[in-house]
Amino acid sequence: MLTSPEALIAILGMALVTFAIKAGGLLLANRLPSDGFAAAWLRHIPGAVLAALVAPALVTGSPAEVIAAAATGLVFITSRNLFAAMAAGVATVYLARLLLAG
Amino acid sequence: MSTLVAPYRFADQFYAGARACIPVCISVAAYGVVWGVLARGAGLSLFEVILMSGLVFAGSAQFVALDLWSTTPSALPIGPLILAALIVNLRYLLLTATLRPLFRPDQQWKGAVMMGIVSDETWAMTVGEMARGRGSIAFLLGGGIFAYVVWMAMTVTGHVLGSAIDDPSRYGLDFAFTATFLALLLGMWRGKGDLVPWIVAALAAIVSAKLVGGSWYILIGGIFGSLAGALAERRRHVD
Repeated sequence: MLTSPEALIAILGMALVTFAIKAGGLLLANRLPSDGFAAAWLRHIPGAVLAALVAPALVTGSPAEVIAAAATGLVFITSRNLFAAMAAGVATVYLARLLLAG
Repeated sequence: MSTLVAPYRFADQFYAGARACIPVCISVAAYGVVWGVLARGAGLSLFEVILMSGLVFAGSAQFVALDLWSTTPSALPIGPLILAALIVNLRYLLLTATLRPLFRPDQQWKGAVMMGIVSDETWAMTVGEMARGRGSIAFLLGGGIFAYVVWMAMTVTGHVLGSAIDDPSRYGLDFAFTATFLALLLGMWRGKGDLVPWIVAALAAIVSAKLVGGSWYILIGGIFGSLAGALAERRRHVD
C-alpha cells in the first residue's frame, strides 16, 4: 500500500501550515521598522532562541550532558572551531555515559 | 540580482554554507534515522515517509505526527495532525524573521519562498555567520539544501532498515545538536549586553519546558529573552 487519501491530505496540510509559518516570519519582519525597539528586538532573537534551545537539555540532562557541555564550551572558547567543539561534546558524552553507567 | 553580478561568489557561498552545516547535519542524520525507524513502527509506508520528509521537512513536527498517526485511514486525525504541525512550528516565525537582513526589500517574496528550506540547524549556522558580518542567501541555501538531502536520505534509510539500526544515542550522536548550538551561542557573545537576554531566555525555556512540554520552550524562551534584551538596550540609551 502506497498511501491513503486521508494520509495525503494530512501530509499536504502539515506541509502547507509549516511553509506558511516559515514564510510568514520573514514577511512579518519586513513590516517592522528597521530601527528602534523592533530592530533591537529582532537583533536579540538569535541569541535568545539558541539559549532557549540549549538550556533545558543541560538542566534536565544527566551529569554526562553537563560535563559534555563544559567540554564543548572549553574547546570552542580555546579553538573557536565549531566542528572541534561538537566532536569534543559528542566524544565526552559518549565516554561519560559509559563511565557513569558502569 | 546578486547571482548575476557574481555567479562564482554564489557558488563559493553555497559550498561554504553546505560545509559549515556538516557538524549540525550529523545531528540531523542521527535524528533522521531515529525518525525513520519510529515512522516504520507507527505504520507509515515508505512513500508516506518520503512525502512527509520531502514536503513538511520539520523534524519536531514529524516526531509529534508519529504519536497521532493511525494506520487505519478513516481513523487518521487529519485536523489534529495539521494543528500539531502548526503549533510545533510556531517558533519558525521568530527564526525566519531574523533572516530579514539577507534580503533586499524587493526580494521579500523570493525570500519567503526560500524559507521553506530553513530548519533549526541551518538557521543557526546562518545567523552565526551573520553575527560575524557575513552570511548570504547562497550560504543559507547551501546549508539548507544539504540538510534537506541528509534528512531525506536518513529518514528513508531508517524506514528501510528499521530496527536493524543501532540507536544513535548509544554513540552520543544525539548530543551533537546541543553541542553545536551551545558553541554557536558562545560564538555570538558580543559583550555584557547579551547577558540579560540569554539568562532570561534560558530561565524562561527551563520553566516552560517543565510546565508546558512539547517544543513551546523554544518560542517562549526566544520571545522573553529577545524582549528582555531590547528593553535592557532601551533602558541603557535612556540613562
